[in-house]
Amino acid sequence: MSPLIIAPILIPLITGFSALLKRRGRRRVAFALGMSANLIAAVLMMASTFDGTILVSQMGNHPMPFGISLVVDPLSAIMLLLTAVMAFLVGIFALATIDANRERFAFFPLFAFLIVGLNFAFLTGDLFSLYVAFEIMLMSSFVMVTLGGERGQLEGGIKYVTINLISSTIFVVAAGLTYTVAGTLNIAHLAIRFSELADPGVTLVLAGMFLIAFGIKAAIFPLFFWLPASYHTPPIAVTALFGGLLTKVGVYAMWRMLILVLPAATAVLQPLLIVISILTMIVGVLGAVAQMDVRRLLSFHVISQIGYLLMSLAIGTSEALSAGIFFMVHVILAKTALFLISGVVHEFEGSYHLKYLGGVTKRHPGAALMFFVAALALAGIPPFSGFWAKLLLLRAGIAAEQYLLVGVGFAVSLLTLYSMIKIWNEVYWKPNGKASNGAHASPLTKIERRAMIGAAAVMVALVFALGIAPEPVIELSNRAAADLFPTGTQQSGYVEAVVAASADIGGLSE
Amino acid sequence: MTILYAVTIGVLFACGTYLVLRRSLVRLIIGLSLLTYAANLMIFTSGNLQQRGTPIAGETQPEAMADPLPQALILTAIVISFGVTAFTLALGYRASQAVGGDDLDAMQTTDQEELT
Repeated sequence: MSPLIIAPILIPLITGFSALLKRRGRRRVAFALGMSANLIAAVLMMASTFDGTILVSQMGNHPMPFGISLVVDPLSAIMLLLTAVMAFLVGIFALATIDANRERFAFFPLFAFLIVGLNFAFLTGDLFSLYVAFEIMLMSSFVMVTLGGERGQLEGGIKYVTINLISSTIFVVAAGLTYTVAGTLNIAHLAIRFSELADPGVTLVLAGMFLIAFGIKAAIFPLFFWLPASYHTPPIAVTALFGGLLTKVGVYAMWRMLILVLPAATAVLQPLLIVISILTMIVGVLGAVAQMDVRRLLSFHVISQIGYLLMSLAIGTSEALSAGIFFMVHVILAKTALFLISGVVHEFEGSYHLKYLGGVTKRHPGAALMFFVAALALAGIPPFSGFWAKLLLLRAGIAAEQYLLVGVGFAVSLLTLYSMIKIWNEVYWKPNGKASNGAHASPLTKIERRAMIGAAAVMVALVFALGIAPEPVIELSNRAAADLFPTGTQQSGYVEAVVAASADIGGLSE
Repeated sequence: MTILYAVTIGVLFACGTYLVLRRSLVRLIIGLSLLTYAANLMIFTSGNLQQRGTPIAGETQPEAMADPLPQALILTAIVISFGVTAFTLALGYRASQAVGGDDLDAMQTTDQEELT
């Protein structure tokens, strides 16, 4: 047991409250310090789990089914670190770009509370706490989507709020039914109970409900229509944070529940998962190709990439999950980088629209270079990170003889490249757009401008580094994936670790 | 007792779904809260609908105890849905001001091409 384990929840929580301070300067310093501290905590967490150790802490020192478990396995550590990096960089970007009015209405506290929800979701080993974490995250995101009160934001906000509330309702009903069936809500305990429970009908219903509940949050086909309707409406910093992280939490929860807790039912659902994965990839990318607004185009890409992540679930082997985790790292970094770069271009040129933009390569070669790296990484051109992610995923698919999935994965990659080339041609390559003359009057000061460009550049540098040296992350993904699968007669590493931690403080007394 | 609960939950879910599918924003919000009521009742049934002893260790035998957990879960869920309903009402009010009415079909501009 380590006190460090609670830090990723406490630090952003304290940051959130301190960012409510009255003076603007103090508020901002508190927020920046908090996000830095959060990053340090996540790095330490990663350092202590890098060799495959699983940290477990029982809340209130009660053993497993009675106390809530907080668990940091390599998968959680990866997600925590990604969240912290994102929160730090997008936080800097937001500090530079968010207007005074939004800031006055508690933008930064909301940002911090969103991080609380995310970190809590990645840490908790308890199904109902996962629901609470989702609610914290959703509540902050509801306000962040609608903050500013422009008409588009309110319209998009209503769709976003409605569909997410329905998803939460399904989730909480599924959690209640799980408790009725298994008599526990601890994820590790559930995994043990469901491996003994031999009623395929009940587990199938539960797996289906979790698939729908998390599927809405992850924006899988056919439950994604809320995403392109709402994600492009708030300021670009918010879009970057949501597009990069929020849908991925749904996928994370699916991995936890469907692979760790309900593997038998997931195997039955495999044909359905394959179809959903294929349609999510194709519909997402086709939607992207048709768009003329950079933010909407990238929002559709979020859906398409979710299809790839779902592919790991559809293949269902440890190898595929490992590839999926690597893909998650890659896509969170690359997608956020692309959103941030489009924010930088908007800052220079004053538009997000492909027809209105043009000639950015000539006027801002730096921005063009950043976009070039991130776009090729997303499309999967070697030596960038997307290439390794897709290589691992497609190799896992071939090993499991899922040739249809693999074929679609290849085809969608090409379409992704096509849509990235479309942005490149329109925004960067063509001589001039309808409205672009490079003379966009911006309210930002020089330092703010530098900060936003710096944040985007660091994000791109991370994407580039992941492409040049993917080996440590691949190894880490392998370890993270292996912990979710039972080996031989033993339970999975995750379950074993939680049971062992409970045995240390009095054991599993029923 | 169980049948009564089952029917009530079913009716609540049906009404909630019906209202969510209506075109009016107000009905949508009422529908959403009906759905959460149904979900809360559903969790309530997971604790067994029988009269049992107070769950105090040392006073009641473990076999005779009522399960306190579902009520704790519902309490959490009620608090959350209370906050969320308050937020949706505020959001609905602002949206109806911005759009000029509570017709959900008028709220489609974000799905259309914007030239900004």
